[in-house]
Amino acid sequence: MSEDGTNDTGQIFRGMMKAKPAKPGEIYGVPGQGESFRISAVVIVLLICLWGFVTYAGYIKPLFLPSPLGVVNAFIEVMKEGFTGVGFWQHIWVSTLRVFGAFLLACVIGIPLGIAMGMSPVARGIFDPPIEFYRPIPPLAYLPLMIIWFGIDELSKVLLIFSSVLAPMVLGARAGVKSAAIEQIHAAYSFGATRWQVIRLVVLPSAMPEIFTAMRVGIGFGWTTLVAAEMVAATSGLGYMVLSASRFLQTPVVIMGIVVIAAIAYAFDHLVRFVERRVVPWKGRG
Amino acid sequence: MPALAIRNVSVSYPVRGKPPVHALKNIDFEIHDKDFVVALGASGCGKSTLLNLIAGFMAPSEGEISLNDRIVTGPGADRSVVFQKHALLPWLNVLDNVAFGLKIQGYDRQKRENVARKFIKLLGLEQFQQSAIYELSGGMQQRVGIARALTSDPDILLMDEPLGALDALTRERAQELILKVWGDTGKMVFFITHSVEEALFMGTKLIVMSPRPGRISHVFDLPFSRRYFDSGNAREIKASTEFIALRETILQIIFKDEAGTRDE
Repeated sequence: MSEDGTNDTGQIFRGMMKAKPAKPGEIYGVPGQGESFRISAVVIVLLICLWGFVTYAGYIKPLFLPSPLGVVNAFIEVMKEGFTGVGFWQHIWVSTLRVFGAFLLACVIGIPLGIAMGMSPVARGIFDPPIEFYRPIPPLAYLPLMIIWFGIDELSKVLLIFSSVLAPMVLGARAGVKSAAIEQIHAAYSFGATRWQVIRLVVLPSAMPEIFTAMRVGIGFGWTTLVAAEMVAATSGLGYMVLSASRFLQTPVVIMGIVVIAAIAYAFDHLVRFVERRVVPWKGRG
Repeated sequence: MPALAIRNVSVSYPVRGKPPVHALKNIDFEIHDKDFVVALGASGCGKSTLLNLIAGFMAPSEGEISLNDRIVTGPGADRSVVFQKHALLPWLNVLDNVAFGLKIQGYDRQKRENVARKFIKLLGLEQFQQSAIYELSGGMQQRVGIARALTSDPDILLMDEPLGALDALTRERAQELILKVWGDTGKMVFFITHSVEEALFMGTKLIVMSPRPGRISHVFDLPFSRRYFDSGNAREIKASTEFIALRETILQIIFKDEAGTRDE
């Protein structure tokens, strides 16, 4: 206990949440305001400690949950030896190509399609029913169809991931079209702009923040679908690695694969955020 | 001599099962060379509708609007609009925002920036040329909007409550700046405001509008802005007995108009 009667743990927590001056002139900000990074860091460390404790103490058998060290060992071993005869980096490379190939395809098709749907009632009328029909269906449900239609090679895998990335991209771009203020559009028209100039110089740039958000959501869907895409007729890839490791009850490799997928997705999300800050620095500001 | 003529203009919206709503009814006035016409009135009196008609963003249901004997059929570079807010492009810096109209009109970068710099100087924005829009204060943003509107060398500036979102001090300074720009460029101005004091101080002609249906209820000729050019002392003019007396007269008119429509 410190002198003024509050206990030390309380002060640590208050420091973490940055609830600035304790009493005189207390600040009431926007809900959710303040730093959360330190709390997150503490939670992650605590979770790993808890994981270590329950596994080392033997409360949970390694088959169900291997120890953190076991997962690290699996990681080192797969890095050195590869998995099912395929090198670790090869697994990462193949999956990354599939996800990013599908993502780029979804950008190239989805963004113009969404903008067309936002701009034109005709385009909206044509594409809204099919997109809204397939959007809520889990990719696993139409995986058999994809294989029947597009074979068991790369094409069906990439198309399956593509189909899950496409919908959020289209919806984001379509919503982005609405971001331009009527005053901005009127200003352009009053300088004699054509409809095409208004789209190119006003509507598209103001849709960029929404499109970036859509890209972040879309690539997330892509990684989510990866394992499903690598379920059939795959011989390499992170999703394949996780699935076949689970068949051979190699739980450490399963967890290791999950962590690697999460790490790549997380790194890419930060990359997009970095580009976003460069390209649309006005996002969320007047 | 350039002139804007608004001839017997009405705007009405059909309403199912009821008589049509008249947003504007029989509006008829002219704006001549070097006029600074201010429209004043309670909310819903059709001021903004009238500005949108002149800008060409809307078409009248009846009557016609012509600028220099050419009938207005849509937006055009001979009429520039300064909006209350949200009209600048945040992905462009100040210089590119001011030059935006010239870009649309297809001028090359060299020419665009030369013209834009001239108006950036006129509005006192030299140090902010490379600044991002969202880094500027509201008052500075409005200066950018005015500079942009001037680049296409319009015959008339249409200002839709351009100072409505500014704080009181900035607003008074901006009023003087707009008068200076008006004096320097000699453009016709059509200016909308909610503030009686602003209307009296800035206009050469005041149009008082009343709602339901939107119509012109009174027209005044005003001497104050010309006096400002002689004396340069805005506060003195706004504190003069003549100014205050007219301000009260107009406030009474507006309150009476508004009370009248509430009884209906």
